[in-house]
Amino acid sequence: MTAATTAQLIDFAYITAAVLFILALKWLSSPAAARHGVLAGEIGAALAVVATLFNPALTEYRWIVIPLIVGAAIGVPLGLVKMTAVPQRTALSHAFGALSASVIGIAEYYVRAPHVTKFGMVEIAMEVVIGALTFTGSLIAAGKLQGIFPQRPITYRGQNYVSLAVLGAAVILALVLTLHPEFMRLFPVMIGVALLFGVLLVTPIGGADMPTVISLLNSYAGLSAALLGFVLDSKVLVVAGALDGSSGFILSVIMCKAMNRSFRNVMFGAFGQLPAGAQAVEQERTVRSANAEDAAGILAAASKVAIIPGYGMAVAQAQHKVRDLYDVLTKRGVDVRFGIHPVAGRMPGHMNVLLAEADIPYDRLIEMDDMNSDLAQTDVALVIGANDVTNPAARTESSSPIYGMPIIDVAKAQTVMVIKRSLSPGFAGIDNPLYYMDKTLMLFGDAKAFVGDVVRELSAMQAPAAAAGGR
Amino acid sequence: MPPDFLSNLFVFILAGFVGFEVIKRVSPLLHTPLMSLTNALDAIVVVAAITIAGLQETRLAVVLGAIAVAASFSNMVGGFLITDRMLRMFKSGRAKKS
Repeated sequence: MTAATTAQLIDFAYITAAVLFILALKWLSSPAAARHGVLAGEIGAALAVVATLFNPALTEYRWIVIPLIVGAAIGVPLGLVKMTAVPQRTALSHAFGALSASVIGIAEYYVRAPHVTKFGMVEIAMEVVIGALTFTGSLIAAGKLQGIFPQRPITYRGQNYVSLAVLGAAVILALVLTLHPEFMRLFPVMIGVALLFGVLLVTPIGGADMPTVISLLNSYAGLSAALLGFVLDSKVLVVAGALDGSSGFILSVIMCKAMNRSFRNVMFGAFGQLPAGAQAVEQERTVRSANAEDAAGILAAASKVAIIPGYGMAVAQAQHKVRDLYDVLTKRGVDVRFGIHPVAGRMPGHMNVLLAEADIPYDRLIEMDDMNSDLAQTDVALVIGANDVTNPAARTESSSPIYGMPIIDVAKAQTVMVIKRSLSPGFAGIDNPLYYMDKTLMLFGDAKAFVGDVVRELSAMQAPAAAAGGR
Repeated sequence: MPPDFLSNLFVFILAGFVGFEVIKRVSPLLHTPLMSLTNALDAIVVVAAITIAGLQETRLAVVLGAIAVAASFSNMVGGFLITDRMLRMFKSGRAKKS
């Protein structure tokens, strides 16, 4: 086979891979077909990798095969993490993706330099800057999610100006390099400044904003891969990068809408300032609390129950106990559904994955709008570890920092029960008037332990008449 | 403007458009697997890494290429693995009863 024929066959493999990638995402539109999508993606990726190995220009395989083995050895454990660790794993994989795209861009610069065309330099500079800032930004995000760094927003006076100045420096360095690609000493400086900007970008962002940030970093990682495709003139990279980039972008928009905030507000307007006087009011109001026995009694008497999970459920690892609660209530003939807010948890779809892991059928997981239209007919709304996404202040108090954010309006249900460690406000630092309503019962305690207690109480109760008659 | 750039831009815009139309239809139920799957697809960067590492143009290019091969291949393997694990967990209540 001539080299030209081989090159054409490799290109054909890349085209096939690109088509399979699009099909993979298409099949993800229904849970039933979704696994075919993964298979399509795997076939496409394998085809592209194997075809590349047949490239006759490759002279030495040692530094391909060893890193492939190392990569597999890192990838397999990262593919087997617990479902509660998925947000930090995802952030880490954005970091890896951005790392590989940017180091390839760096290698390409030094292979070509100092004879880089101006146009080639624009592409390389953009690619490397975006890749580098995504790398460090994603590492910080992963560190926050893993609990290595504090999840609260870390802010200081003049922060936005410092960050913008650093970004400006990176852009200026990129421009100078474009005009003078032979100034090779500036290239590592530009990389360093971009790495620093990634750190500054994500450090001030709090845990509750992670779903947006992780989506945005997703879109940057895709963009850097697509730009690398421009640098190397590789269409398959352009396609895969564009798909990844548009996916991250769509998710970012959905997350921003679900918080009624703009990109700019998420990136540059960290939450955290308590509205003046909020704490003073807190002490005057009374709260009704209940124990597990009372809660079990109310749930047993209900015919329709809505459970609203939040990040607290993930932190307490309570999803399997919640599954037990779902089982024992369903057995008593209670209709149990789960209301999922788009930004509940730390990444898009986080709650769905945790509940699916606990074997709860996905047709019980209801999106926010459908849940809201059904809550007036619901006897009990049980909030587990969710705070801001159920806060009625978002609808009623125009002074609240979350005013305008769509919420799951649990106050419409006949009775509201909230499992929470204490009355302390959530990540956004905003008091929740829901807790002081007459129809609300606070269930203070660890989510996992409390749900476990409720399940025990329910199991100990006399079985309903129909079931008892059957025995 | 180099002709390569224009043809790449052409592909980028069309692929972005296709991505937008396809991903819009993905149910919010599957947004986490969507992110891990696109991550695995994005790891196709590995083909560029393999080429850089195997062409042996400079020592630096080989080192950086080898790092990129390991980083992107770990994403590819890990991304497909965890996406499949997640999707296996999603079961319909109706399917179970019948």
